[in-house]
Amino acid sequence: MSKTEFPPSIISRPVYGELEARSGSGHLMIADATGAEAILDLAKSADKDFWAKAHIIYIPKNTGTKYSSQLEDLGAGQFYAGPSYEAAQSRIRRALQDCHMGTQVYLTGTESLMGQAMAEATTAGIPHTAIQTEHRGSTARRMQCVHCKGITEDVTTDPFECSHCGLSLFVRDHYSRRIAAFQGVRVDAEDPGNIPDKVELFK
Amino acid sequence: MTIQFNDETFYGDFTFKNSDWAIKRFPFPFHEDSYMYSVNMEPHKSYRPGSVFERTFDVDEHYVSEMKDRARVLADDPLRCQSLPHMTLAGWDLVELIMEAKAAEYPDLFELHKDGNRWRWINKPLGIDDTFTFLDESTLPYGPMEYITRQTQGDFAVLDQRDDNLWMDAGMVTTQADWSLDFDIGMNFFEWHAPVPKAHEMGIFVRALKFLLNIQQGQPARRLNWTMTVNPLLDTSPENYHKWGTMKQGLTKDNIGEKQHLRVELQTFFRLPRSNALVFPIRCYLISFNDLVTVPKWGRRLHRVIRDLPEELATYKGFIDNRPLMVEWLSQYDDGSPTSDGIWPDE
Repeated sequence: MSKTEFPPSIISRPVYGELEARSGSGHLMIADATGAEAILDLAKSADKDFWAKAHIIYIPKNTGTKYSSQLEDLGAGQFYAGPSYEAAQSRIRRALQDCHMGTQVYLTGTESLMGQAMAEATTAGIPHTAIQTEHRGSTARRMQCVHCKGITEDVTTDPFECSHCGLSLFVRDHYSRRIAAFQGVRVDAEDPGNIPDKVELFK
Repeated sequence: MTIQFNDETFYGDFTFKNSDWAIKRFPFPFHEDSYMYSVNMEPHKSYRPGSVFERTFDVDEHYVSEMKDRARVLADDPLRCQSLPHMTLAGWDLVELIMEAKAAEYPDLFELHKDGNRWRWINKPLGIDDTFTFLDESTLPYGPMEYITRQTQGDFAVLDQRDDNLWMDAGMVTTQADWSLDFDIGMNFFEWHAPVPKAHEMGIFVRALKFLLNIQQGQPARRLNWTMTVNPLLDTSPENYHKWGTMKQGLTKDNIGEKQHLRVELQTFFRLPRSNALVFPIRCYLISFNDLVTVPKWGRRLHRVIRDLPEELATYKGFIDNRPLMVEWLSQYDDGSPTSDGIWPDE
């Protein structure tokens, strides 16, 4: 699967690029699912000595072992594969803390992964310009319910039910980098019970 | 005291009411018979004694009840007031700006006595008499921005200026036209305005940002903005939209005059001296249609503006479904005669 083309949207909606190997004092790569393909693509043009200074943090999600072994074979100085973003979070924070001046950060895979890792990276003081992103795989969204503030992961339909308070929410394109989520607002707020049929907008 | 403060509510039984004085000084936002976005900035200079443009921070008959409503909203949802760590100094700048302005312009209501950094602040309408050390947070019951904005009408967005942009990094937001500080905090000028239709394409935000980045100390600016609200509800937040959204359904020909309110924001912009932040107070004024049409020029003009407003704007402002009813009701007050230029009632 190649990188995703998103339809034009409002300005707060993040846009993503294409990863390229840049020279740096270190390379922190955080990916999930088919984001592995973006790293493997980058590997085609990276120098041999690139990998010694690299740290790959990978969350396979539903791809099983399809990519883990290929990523491991790249020979990164550090390689980690973990079961979920939450499980990897403390390691990601530590890795960001350990970044030196000139460390390059690469984020790839789902928006949820990139958004959360981006928020961690900017909190850790990594400048925007040292962070690259490339979207791969699912376009499912990480949504925040504006009413109860709960986050629902992997939303594919509009409307959807908040996994915390149960309200039916419509999916906005308005995006908060701090929360790493799009905003969900009750769809039947003005006419309770009048909930439109779900449409699968994201896969 | 010169102002008689109302005891009224902005939720529940909605006892909010404008006196004749408040109606007469209402900041009617339409200077002509049609409306489209524009940057519409002007210097925030004292203008027209008695009007809402006379003082730096206008205090009116709703002051005490609005502050009670703010305390109620904050108790319910403390996330309506947030300040990122680097914004504390801007909070102190705001304390100074508001206290100095109010003490100078309303000496019968507010007093500020300074002994070096030891300040005594007296707020008579709210019964506050506090002594604290300026720039020492431990001497106030809240952070500086929260402390002073619990005593000042209007929402406050405090904007950090860096990278040629403005960043919404602190705010007190309990009287908002349906936007969430908790969601938008940390966004830049273009991002938090992202959901506004049309205005980006028109270049409005690029020009507005350019203007705002250049605001200098002592040279504040202002503009008016507006929307519509059913019932005099100050807290039209997205957080509580599932509680107030249904109110829009209850409008009828018989109750629209009483229930439908024009909601006007007096937005002002001040450069803050120590932090170089920009503070953006957004003061909300409400007026029922019944009260508004007591000024014949306003009734005629509002009818024309609402009737001819582009559909996208009526949708964005949340009254597209009720527009036909509004236009029908307002048409009774439009005899087709011309209106004079400017926002003020005809003498």
